[in-house]
Amino acid sequence: MIRVQGLTKDYGARRAVADLNFEAKQGEIVGFLGPNGAGKTTTMRILSGYMPPTEGSAQVAGFDVVEESLEVRRRVGYLPETVPLYTDMTALEYLTFMADLRHLPESQDRAFETLKTVGMDGRANSYISSLSKGMRQRMGLAQALIHHPEVLILDEPTIGLDPAQVVEVRNLIRDMGKQRTVLLSTHILSEAQQICDRVLIINKGRIIAEDTPQNLQARLVGSERASLRVRGDGDGLAKVVQKVKGVRSVHVPGDGTLEFQFAPGQDVRPEVAKVVVGAGYDLLELRPVGMSLEEIFLELTRDDAKSRRKER
Amino acid sequence: MRNAWTIARREYHRFFASPIAYVVAFVVLLTLGIMFSITIMYYRQNALGGGYGAPPAPDMGGITGTFAFLMILMLPAVTMRLVADENRMGTMELLLTAPVRDWELIVGKWLGGLLYMLTLIGSTLVFAFILNALETPGIDQQQLMTSYLGLILVTAALLALGVGISAMFNNQLAAFFVALGIFVFLWWLVGFPANYVSAGSDLFSYLDMKAHFYDSMNQGVINLSDLAYFFSLIALGLFAGSTAVEVRRWG
Repeated sequence: MIRVQGLTKDYGARRAVADLNFEAKQGEIVGFLGPNGAGKTTTMRILSGYMPPTEGSAQVAGFDVVEESLEVRRRVGYLPETVPLYTDMTALEYLTFMADLRHLPESQDRAFETLKTVGMDGRANSYISSLSKGMRQRMGLAQALIHHPEVLILDEPTIGLDPAQVVEVRNLIRDMGKQRTVLLSTHILSEAQQICDRVLIINKGRIIAEDTPQNLQARLVGSERASLRVRGDGDGLAKVVQKVKGVRSVHVPGDGTLEFQFAPGQDVRPEVAKVVVGAGYDLLELRPVGMSLEEIFLELTRDDAKSRRKER
Repeated sequence: MRNAWTIARREYHRFFASPIAYVVAFVVLLTLGIMFSITIMYYRQNALGGGYGAPPAPDMGGITGTFAFLMILMLPAVTMRLVADENRMGTMELLLTAPVRDWELIVGKWLGGLLYMLTLIGSTLVFAFILNALETPGIDQQQLMTSYLGLILVTAALLALGVGISAMFNNQLAAFFVALGIFVFLWWLVGFPANYVSAGSDLFSYLDMKAHFYDSMNQGVINLSDLAYFFSLIALGLFAGSTAVEVRRWG
């Protein structure tokens, strides 16, 4: 359980996090989505007991992060942005050290078990300096999981992994999220969509949107988009597509490609395909266009700026 | 305290994985070995002449005294990375989000360094055994024990100050030079004004570290005020280190 109320953090004159409010329940995976410098890492550092906030309060696993910092730290697994590893230790030594710091009984067995969980048991006696980036990331994750924490705070857990490892780590996080509270940060929208139950979009230290990934996208997009491509340069294609009922607008980037928008729920793609083929074009491709994170971002930050101007 | 011990153990093992530990051990043991041989040879030469005016049989004060002096130059290299390196590598974030109190972290680092130094100090006891075998009726046991106690206290105090300084920096080199500067000040410089200025001369001579060692414990004498001096420095260093870690959190 994570509960954040009015959380604010200043670095000197710069406000990194401004009046943040949110909650995350047990069994929930909450994604923190935002550009670099949005305040994700700062928030996570406060929640993990690394630094106190300037103002506001936060409870993690039922304890206050400032007043009962040690209790919080006992119950939180934290993977910082830069994976903190001792390169002069072997994988097993490192995890055994972490287990000892957390007073876990049978620390070496526990360490080995955790290595298995992250698929690193084959490299138990390798020095961390010899591990690849992806393996180091998994070691970082192992360190956060070793004490089976109630709350997991993961700062960019899949960064630097190859696609196969990304899938593995995501599955691992999903499994973890069944009984725990997971807060993870990412700047990859598809990642948030795949594993998070809820997404908080944060920009300049403020939460500007909070919803399930599906709702968020639907709410923002307003209309669905698709793109098609024909052989040749597709002269006159725009006019043909425009006539199809349900098509709201048409945009021609050129080179035989065309983008069109339609109301959500009214899929006009079959109609469009028929009409295009009927008009004698060779249809090569017809695909939906999702909204990219960048676009959602631009959209949201524009709204954010507008509403703030209104307030004034 | 258990956490401090966990950190100390890890730090102790880490020394033997780094070249610094071996370089320090090499320089210290080489210097002491040469000194020891010269002392013995000098004594033999003069004592063989025999009779009146022969020098007194050497005791272990020469070894422990030189050791303490070497620590001024060597310990900054031992302590510089203890905390500064964690800051640089980002592993500080790991330790500060583990259920470990700030002072446990600092005490652990200090204990780790002390364990390493105790190993090195212990290995110099071989000189005591040789000397004891060479002399009849053997060396002064009380002087041996107090001089080693003094050496351990000097080392412990300098280590505590060094750890405290290391906690204030991200950069090892900065930690090294600041520690060296403070050690040189405490060992050589702070005593000088006592000879020339009457005002506060008591204070200056009290702060003079070498006086608390050379003039008492290394001679076989234990004074309460010397013990108080070293324990105060240990407390000061560890407190400064814990405070530096806490300040870092607020950064």
